[in-house]
Amino acid sequence: MPFPADYKYTKEHEWLKADGKTATIGITSYAQDSLGDIVFVDLPKVGAELAAGKTFGSVESVKAVSDLYAPASGTVTEVNGELATAPEKINKDAHSAWMIKIALKNPGDLNSLLTAADYEKFVAEEGGH
Amino acid sequence: MRYLPKSPADREAMLKSMGAQSIDDLFKSIPAEYRLNRDLKVPRQMAESEIVDWFRECSRENGDGHATFLGAGAYSHYRPVIIDSLISRGEFLTAYTPYQAEISQGTLQSIFEFQTMICELTGMEVANASMYDGSTAAAEAVMMAVRLTGRRSVVMARSVHPEYCEVLATYAFHQGMPLATVPFAENGRLDTNAVEKAVTADTACLLIQSPNFFGTIEDIEALAEIAHRKGAMLVVSIAEAVSLGIVEPPRSADIIAMEAQSFGVPLTFGGPYCGVIATREAYVRRMPGRLVGQTTDRSGKRGFVLTLATREQHIRREKATSNICTNQALVALMANIFMTIYGKVGLKELARQNLAKTVYAAQQFGKHASVLFGSVPRFNEFVVRTAEDPHAINSRLLGHKIVGGFPLKKFYPELGNASLWCCTELTTRSTIDTAVGVVAESEGSEDSAADETSVEEVAK
Amino acid sequence: MSKHMTRKATRHVNQNEGLIFEKSSPGKAAWKLPPLDVPEVDASKLLGSSERKTLGNMPEVSEIEIIRHFTRMSTWNYAIDLGMYPLGSCTMKYNPRVNEVVSRLEGIANGHPYQPEKISQGALRIIKTLSDCLTEITGMDAITLQPAAGAHGELTGLLMVRAFHDSKGKPRKKVLIPDSAHGTNPATAAMVGYAIENLKSNSSGIVDTGILEAQMNEDVAALMLTNPNTLGVFEQEIHKIADILHAKGGLLYMDGANMNALVGKVRPGDFGVDLMHLNLHKTFSTPHGGGGPGSGPVAIKKFLEPFLPKPVLKSKPDGTLGFDYDRPQSIGRVRSFYGNFGMFVRALAYILANGPDGLRQTTEDAVLNANYIRKGLEGTYDLPYKSPSMHEVVFSDKLQAKKGVRTMDVAKRLIDYGFHPYTTAFPLIVPGAMMIEPTESESMEELDLFIEAMKSIADEVDEDAEIVRTAPHSTRVARLDETAAARNPVLRWKPQAESQKPKS
Repeated sequence: MPFPADYKYTKEHEWLKADGKTATIGITSYAQDSLGDIVFVDLPKVGAELAAGKTFGSVESVKAVSDLYAPASGTVTEVNGELATAPEKINKDAHSAWMIKIALKNPGDLNSLLTAADYEKFVAEEGGH
Repeated sequence: MRYLPKSPADREAMLKSMGAQSIDDLFKSIPAEYRLNRDLKVPRQMAESEIVDWFRECSRENGDGHATFLGAGAYSHYRPVIIDSLISRGEFLTAYTPYQAEISQGTLQSIFEFQTMICELTGMEVANASMYDGSTAAAEAVMMAVRLTGRRSVVMARSVHPEYCEVLATYAFHQGMPLATVPFAENGRLDTNAVEKAVTADTACLLIQSPNFFGTIEDIEALAEIAHRKGAMLVVSIAEAVSLGIVEPPRSADIIAMEAQSFGVPLTFGGPYCGVIATREAYVRRMPGRLVGQTTDRSGKRGFVLTLATREQHIRREKATSNICTNQALVALMANIFMTIYGKVGLKELARQNLAKTVYAAQQFGKHASVLFGSVPRFNEFVVRTAEDPHAINSRLLGHKIVGGFPLKKFYPELGNASLWCCTELTTRSTIDTAVGVVAESEGSEDSAADETSVEEVAK
Repeated sequence: MSKHMTRKATRHVNQNEGLIFEKSSPGKAAWKLPPLDVPEVDASKLLGSSERKTLGNMPEVSEIEIIRHFTRMSTWNYAIDLGMYPLGSCTMKYNPRVNEVVSRLEGIANGHPYQPEKISQGALRIIKTLSDCLTEITGMDAITLQPAAGAHGELTGLLMVRAFHDSKGKPRKKVLIPDSAHGTNPATAAMVGYAIENLKSNSSGIVDTGILEAQMNEDVAALMLTNPNTLGVFEQEIHKIADILHAKGGLLYMDGANMNALVGKVRPGDFGVDLMHLNLHKTFSTPHGGGGPGSGPVAIKKFLEPFLPKPVLKSKPDGTLGFDYDRPQSIGRVRSFYGNFGMFVRALAYILANGPDGLRQTTEDAVLNANYIRKGLEGTYDLPYKSPSMHEVVFSDKLQAKKGVRTMDVAKRLIDYGFHPYTTAFPLIVPGAMMIEPTESESMEELDLFIEAMKSIADEVDEDAEIVRTAPHSTRVARLDETAAARNPVLRWKPQAESQKPKS
C-alpha cells in the first residue's frame, strides 16, 4: 500500500499533512479498506479545539463505527463539506479525501507521529485485521 | 408435555448418539451443590381447557362488561377485527427482528409504511419503528435533545402525563440532568410567562404534551417560539393519537414522542403499547430505535432493510443512542393496520365523533358540576370538579357498570374534587346521560354552561 | 443447487405487492362509523387555528385490499411457525396459541390501567401469580414486572444497583462487563452513568477469576454477567465470581437472556446472583412479533426490595390485591402503568401449560438439542471453545474462510435450504461466529435436516464456493444494498410527481 512519504501517521490510522502552522487530516487507505464502504462521517465544526490523542469525530460503515483521534492539538479551520454527501470519496482515495484542517497548537506534536515507513511496518505487523 | 416434539425414544437415541448416559451428563458443568433436586413450586401442568378457565375467571373479575370514561393516557377505541386476523398470522407473530432482510420483507415493508404514515400524521420528516410506550419515548426524546443541543437541563410541563414525568425523572436523575417543572395557567394551558422564565441558555428542551393531560390543546406556536428563541428544542408528547385526525400536529416541534395505543391497540391493563419518536431529517443519526430504509437488491428490485444501525447498542455499545433492542413491532403493526383502515378520511371522521361526544358530555356535566379549562380548545377529555369526592361518585357509577372519570387528586391536589373524563366514539349518549344523572344526585344543578359556550368565542 | 437439493423446502410462487400508498385512490374506504347519537359539531369553530385541514397522503383503500396487502407481505417472512429459527441468544421457541386466546379475553384485553382496584382483581391476580412463579424459578425474593424488555430490565436493575450503593453513602463509578456480553449491557451501564470496564474471558471462554480479582475494587458497583454466557457455556466458577464481588461490596447482576438453559435445573438465586432480568419473550414463549413487544422483569434479593420501581403489588388486609405507591427509596417509575401486562398473561399461560415437570423437560430438551447439533457439526465447522455447551453452541467460519466464505455467506445459504440463519458475528470474542440455539421446540427430524443442510453447505464451499458467496438464490430479493440505504436514507414513501412516475 503506498503511503505518501510527506504525510505523518498515527497508530489509529489517521494521516496528517503539515504545511507550516496548519495541518490537513484524514484516514489512511488501510483504515478505509478495513472499514469497508463508508456511509457517514461525523466531523467537528470550524472553531472546535482538538487535543492530541482525543477523539474528534467518527467514521461509519454499514455495520461498524470507528472513532477518529486527533494526531495533534489545534483549532479546526476548515471541514471538508463534500464528505457529508459523498463519504465514498474516502473509499476511492483516502489520502486525498481530507476531513479537516487545523491550526496547529504545538508543532512539536508532529515529532511523535509515525513516518510513512514506520506506519507501513506497523500495519504489516497488525496483519490484515 | 404437549409443546415438546420428542418421544422418549427420540431422547434416548439422541443421548446415545452423543455418548451420554443420561440427560444429567449434559448438566455436569453446573456445580452439583447448586443443582435443583426438587420440583419447582409452580402450579401443576394444566390442560388447555383448564388454562382458558383460569384466565376466564380472571377476566370476569376484571371489569368485564363495563363502559368506561377513563382515558388519561390509555384510550378505549374500537378495534376493527381484521387487525387481529392479520397480526395473528404466524409469519408476523412468530418472526424475529428483521435482521435477515431476504426473509423479512413482510415485516420490513410494513414498518416502512408505518414510518410513512406516522410522518404524514405528525408532520415530521422521519419516524422510527417504535419505542416501548409513550412515557419511555418521551424520556428518550428528551435525552436525544440533550445530545443534540449539548445542553444539560430540561424544562417539563406539569400538564404532561404525570407518569411520563415520573419516568423522565427516573431516567434523568442518574444522568445528572436538572429537571424544572412549569405550571399550567388558569385556562389549563401551559403558563407562557413561567415558560419564558424557566427556559434558559442551559435548557436542552421544553417537554410538553398536546392535547395535554387535561385534554387541552396547547398553543404550540407560542411555546415553540419561546424555546427556539433561547436555542432550546421543543419536544411534544402526544398521548391520544386519534387527536391527530382533527387537531393540527405540532409541526414546529423538533421531536415528537408519541403513544400510538389509540390506533387499534387493546388497553390490556396498561400494555403492551407503542411509543414512537418522530423528528426532522437532520437529527436522524442521533435518534434512538430501529429504522427501516428503502433500497434496491442486486437485480435492481425495490426492497427494505434495517438501516443506520451504527446508532444502536449492538454496534456502538456504550456509545449508542439508547440501550433499546426489543421494541414493539407487533403493536406497531396493529397501529399500522388501524391507520390503513381509517386512512385519510376515516381518521378525521373518527376524531370528529370523539370531539362531538366530548362536547355533548361536557355540556351535560356542566349543568351539574363545574367543567374546568373550558375557554380553550380541547379534544376528547375534560376536567369536571364536583362538590362530592369523585371516588364516591365512581363507586355509585360502578353499580351501573360504568367506570367514572379518573380522580386527579393523586397528581393534582390543588384541583380538589376534580376528575378527568374521556369520551370516545364508543361512549354512547345513554351512558353519558346515566353518568351525568349519577353526578347530579349529589351536585344539584350548576350554571357553568357559560364556560362551555365561550369555546366558540375563543375560536373566532 | 441441483446436486445439493434440500429436503426441507421447495420453491413456490408468492405474490407481488406494492406499497399501500400505491393502491390508494379517493373514495375507497375500509371503515364505517355508526351514526352519531349526539349533536354534530363544527370543528373549525371549536378548535380554531388548531383544527387540522388535511391528512396528507394517508391511504384510502378497501378492506379486501388491506387483507391481501398484509397477507401477501406476511408470506415474505420466515417464522417459527414455518420451521427452525436457530438464532443464538434469541430463544426462538414455539409461541403457544392458547396464550393469544387468553390475552384477548374481554376483561383482560379491555381492562383499563386506571380502573378501580376493586374491579381489577383478575389482572392483579395474574401479576401476583406470575410474580410468585418467576421468583420461585429464579430463586430470588422479589420481582418487578414493569420493565418493557430485556434492555429496559437491565436499566431498571442498574438503577437499583446505583440506588443501593447511594443508600450506603458510597456511590461507585464502574461496572464490569465481560468481552462476550450483549451490546445492551455496556449501553445500559452508560445510560445509568457508569464507566464500563471490559473483563477479558479466559481460554475456555468464561470469566477469568484471577483477572476479576485483580480488577475488582471498591469503585466497582456490579458485574453484569450472562450465565450461561453468550458462548452457551455455564460459568462453572460462579460461586467464586460472586464471592469476589461480594467481598468488596459489589453486586452480581445476571443477564437472564439465556435462562432457557436453567429453568427447573438450577436457580440463579442459589448461586449468588443479587439481581437479574428475565426476557419473557425468550424463555417464557411470548411471541417476538417481528421485534417486540417483550417484557423484562427484574428479580432481586431481599436487600434490594426498597429500591424496586413503583408501584409494587401488595396483598391488602382484606385479602384483596392492590398497588403500593408509598415507596420512599424506590428508583421511581421506569414505564407508565405496570408494564407489558399482555405479555404477563402469555408467560403465565405458558408456565401453567408446563408445570414443574414440563418446565424441567423443556430445559433438558433445549440443552439436548444444542448438544445434538454440536455433535452433528463438530469437524465440519470449527468449534473455537471446547467447553461443554448448554442451550446453544458457537461455531466459527475458520475452515470455510480459507475458501473466502464467511459466516454471513453460510447464513444466507441456509435460507435457500429452508432455514432461518443462526446469529452471525456474535459474540465478538469469536471471529466469524456462528451462534446456534435450536430451543426445545425442534424435533429430531428438523434437527437432522438442519445438520444435513449445514453439512451440505460445507461441501458446497469445497466444490463451488461461489454459490454460497452469492446466496440466497431462492428469495424475492437478495443481498440488498445496505450501503446505499445508509448513505442516502429513504425512510418514508413520498408521492412521485406525475412526470417522474414510471410508465406502465
